[in-house]
Amino acid sequence: MSSGTNHTEAKSTDEFIKGLWKENPVFVQVLGMCPVLAVSNTAENALAMGLATAFVLLMSNTLVSLLRNFIPKEVRIASFILIIATFVTITDYAIQAISVDLHKSLGAFISLIVVNCLILSRAEAFASKNTLGKSILDALGMGLGFLFALFCLGAVREILGNGTFFGLALFPDTFQEWIVMILPAGGFFTLALWLLIFNLIKQRKEATA
Amino acid sequence: MIQEAVKSSSNSFIMLRAMVGIGVLCGFLIVVAYEGTLPRVQRLKAEALEAAIFNVIPGTTQTKTFNWDGESFTPAKAGDSPLVYAGFSDSGELAGVAIEASGQGYADIIRILYGYDPERQQIIGFYVLESKETPGLGDKIEKDQHFLDNFTAMDVSLTDAGEIANAIIPVKSGAKQHAWEVDGITGATISSRAIGNILAESTAEWIPRIFNHKSAFKQGNQ
Repeated sequence: MSSGTNHTEAKSTDEFIKGLWKENPVFVQVLGMCPVLAVSNTAENALAMGLATAFVLLMSNTLVSLLRNFIPKEVRIASFILIIATFVTITDYAIQAISVDLHKSLGAFISLIVVNCLILSRAEAFASKNTLGKSILDALGMGLGFLFALFCLGAVREILGNGTFFGLALFPDTFQEWIVMILPAGGFFTLALWLLIFNLIKQRKEATA
Repeated sequence: MIQEAVKSSSNSFIMLRAMVGIGVLCGFLIVVAYEGTLPRVQRLKAEALEAAIFNVIPGTTQTKTFNWDGESFTPAKAGDSPLVYAGFSDSGELAGVAIEASGQGYADIIRILYGYDPERQQIIGFYVLESKETPGLGDKIEKDQHFLDNFTAMDVSLTDAGEIANAIIPVKSGAKQHAWEVDGITGATISSRAIGNILAESTAEWIPRIFNHKSAFKQGNQ
């Protein structure tokens, strides 16, 4: 009996941890590249976008998992999109109500969360086949993994491209900003760099194991 | 054959039921979220506009909204447009008039607010109300201090014929020589040029109007 509970507990933490590291949505699955490249030019934008995406992911996974026996498979994609779009709209209103300034800096990208393939893929591959509890853990893990990855990119790009971190100047005036890091090309450079680091760590780990 | 037909019609019903059910649920959630956030969103927007008016007319302690009806400025009632916002100093004197303007930027329409002082015949303040310009580049029109310094004493004086003597023109970064030129931003050329053009268009329309009717801007509560 007790071994049975231990087993399920270990499994449910797995659902949570896998999104953070082993199946990280950005560094391993390479999903949702549009917001990752577009909104990671400052640490603050990256953080806000990551939080908004994680919230939408959590809510859509919850609802999809609750309704998984009610949705016939022929119309599942349309249903998932409808559910995701609803929570994106709600997030948009919520951000407007939280702060005009935040909405000003994110406004253009919030509606793009609808087409983030990470959210649709979690609904299709996980929430529609698993229980509510597991789906929530999966969404939390994936959401935080996405947030973490976005923040990694945003921090590097802001420090090199703008000479600041969360708007605070880091370098003396003589520092020449790497404008390219803020431009779309800088997003690709930074992403490639992180993928390289991530895979190096993974290889080392596998070699020693 | 008959059995198949029955099966597919019941399938259609299940699909329809699922889609309609989800549609109704989602519609309900959106309406609840919209209604729930609306009062706060409206209050924040009104506060942001009020703060912007204080920002673009230095020395303002009170504001009052006026409507242009085609011939004269009258105190605005609900639903009127177009509107301008007069700012008054502590002593009740007109400190300036804030005017809203908009035009095409790099990404989308940019909405700005600028302050005009009819006494000095200058633009005395500038603020971006809404823009979707590229973060880190185009959005420097909101943050770059050197760019914002363009609008602390920008010459928009009128000729005897009642037109603006020197139309506002955007110039390359560092090339500004006159008080009616807008010094651009390196890396945000299109956005900063758009601001110059929006201002040129709006001032040509509004500045003569406001200057010729400046006596209409009185504090209403006397």
